Amino acid sequence: MFQVRIHGRGGQGVVTAAEMLSIAAFREGKHAQAFPSFGSERTGAPVVAYCRIDDKEIRVREPILEPDALIIQDPTLLHQVDVFAGLRPGGYILINTARSFADLGLQDFVRRFKARAVPATELAMKHVGRPVPNAALLGAFAALSRLISLQSVAEAINEKFGGKVAAANVAAAGAAYEALNHAEAA
Amino acid sequence: MLKQLEGSRAVAEAVALCRPEVICAYPISPQTHIVEALGELVAQGAVGRCEFINVESEFAAMSVAIGASSAGARAYTATASQGLLFMAEALFNASGLGLPIVMTVANRAIGAPINIWNDHTDSMSQRDCGWIQLFAETNQEALDLHIQAFRLAEELSLPVMVCMDGFILTHAYERVDMPTQQQVDAYLPPFEPRQILDPKEPVSIGAMVGPEAFTEVRYFAHAKQMQALELIPGWADEFRRAFGRESGGLLHTYRIEDADTVVVALGSVLGTIKDTVDEMRARGARIGVLGITCFRPWPRDAVQQALARAKRVIVLEKSLAVGIGGIVSTNVRTTCDVPIYTVIAGLGGRPITRASLAKVFGAASLDHTTFLDLDRPLVEKVLKREKELRRSGPRAEQILKEKHGVPAR
Repeated sequence: MFQVRIHGRGGQGVVTAAEMLSIAAFREGKHAQAFPSFGSERTGAPVVAYCRIDDKEIRVREPILEPDALIIQDPTLLHQVDVFAGLRPGGYILINTARSFADLGLQDFVRRFKARAVPATELAMKHVGRPVPNAALLGAFAALSRLISLQSVAEAINEKFGGKVAAANVAAAGAAYEALNHAEAA
Repeated sequence: MLKQLEGSRAVAEAVALCRPEVICAYPISPQTHIVEALGELVAQGAVGRCEFINVESEFAAMSVAIGASSAGARAYTATASQGLLFMAEALFNASGLGLPIVMTVANRAIGAPINIWNDHTDSMSQRDCGWIQLFAETNQEALDLHIQAFRLAEELSLPVMVCMDGFILTHAYERVDMPTQQQVDAYLPPFEPRQILDPKEPVSIGAMVGPEAFTEVRYFAHAKQMQALELIPGWADEFRRAFGRESGGLLHTYRIEDADTVVVALGSVLGTIKDTVDEMRARGARIGVLGITCFRPWPRDAVQQALARAKRVIVLEKSLAVGIGGIVSTNVRTTCDVPIYTVIAGLGGRPITRASLAKVFGAASLDHTTFLDLDRPLVEKVLKREKELRRSGPRAEQILKEKHGVPAR
């Protein structure tokens, strides 16, 4: 089983990100379970959502305590929430930021993990016109984890949204996917 | 057809396949996406000859369902939490009149204090109102139970509540196999009411009944529920043959054949319990699980049979009967003589983890009632304060203050 925990703030599409990730995995024939953490729903408040992916039926319904991957949609959470709690050694960290890990003071910490930064908000502003980094982060997550394809992410975005909004988010996801691949190649 | 859907959406699509004719709902909190999706489906003309009625309260929602069902329409509504309590009087009317309404209860806690999250207090508070109560373990079972519920309700002329864990199931995206319209039509025949308000053949429904016949009318309600116990397994078998999967029935057992300890529970927590049991079995524990699908009527014989070999029973329940402990445990106690321990868990949405379950299931000795993951020092502090201070202040706020260090306001 592969477990992903997504941290962000109310209004950043955190829950939708987990749902789209589950749809993408489902489209690749996997079992997937996505659910939000249950707290007060307020714009700007810290929000957590979860996605489990497996080849067999997923029965457990506890929150994800020991994730294999973390997607952090808002770097300001680093000072507020213990976002790294329980992350398995060697696990994936994907942070939405235009800054470097050194700038964030995480250079040493992230050495134990497969950590990457992607400027998802900037990509969302460019392609979607709104600061909603979720689709871009899923594109980057596909490149980082190789767990799901960019094609499945695009299909999930199209299933969740329609028309121009879907197309813009697919473009943001594609740009983030390329940005991460490009950084890997460099 | 396999789909990756939110639980609420899956139930809405399944209800639509059941060809309801009247759907009534009070559309604000505590309500789920179920009626929202059904509202859209009706507006799109995807539910055939169906009227969606926005009402002004849950009391009105159930009253409209009663009127619609009496007029011969297949009626559906959904609610949760305080909404269910607000329709309590109408619930007794629906069952007392023998009207086959189907309702989803997306299980949530009851305030005060205000809490919108999952536990079973809402439907447990209405366990004796005369409705059949079915509890779903997964979103697949939730949608399947709705299809079975209409059949069950209409054959018996009794209302059925399909209970599914609020948030944990209703807000979870997972894989479901959505049946086709043809499959559902083949399983669920058109509604043929036993009683109908028809101006061409006037009857009265809901006459006053005095002491001379009230006992008989009540006994009749009991007899109908006992009939349900005999019929439900057969209908679940028929469902399995038609749809190719196990859903519904009175109960599900898991690894109980040689189990010394059997854990009894209802709803979605069964998945986490099964994973815990697998881990404990790998370490040599002889432990199994009994999931109760049909809580009302209480499947006494089936539970007795399932627990026949157990040396110890742990009932894990998401509701608390204040002053006694467990509600489900009290029911289980009517069926077996072995020691039965109650574990109260998941109140107001507290996560139930495998680690906590393994600890309590593996404990050498248990109290009569255990509160899973209870912060006892915190409770002791607040109890001490109550002893020392006459005006000790509001309880919930005191407990929050101790928990977070924020002064109560």
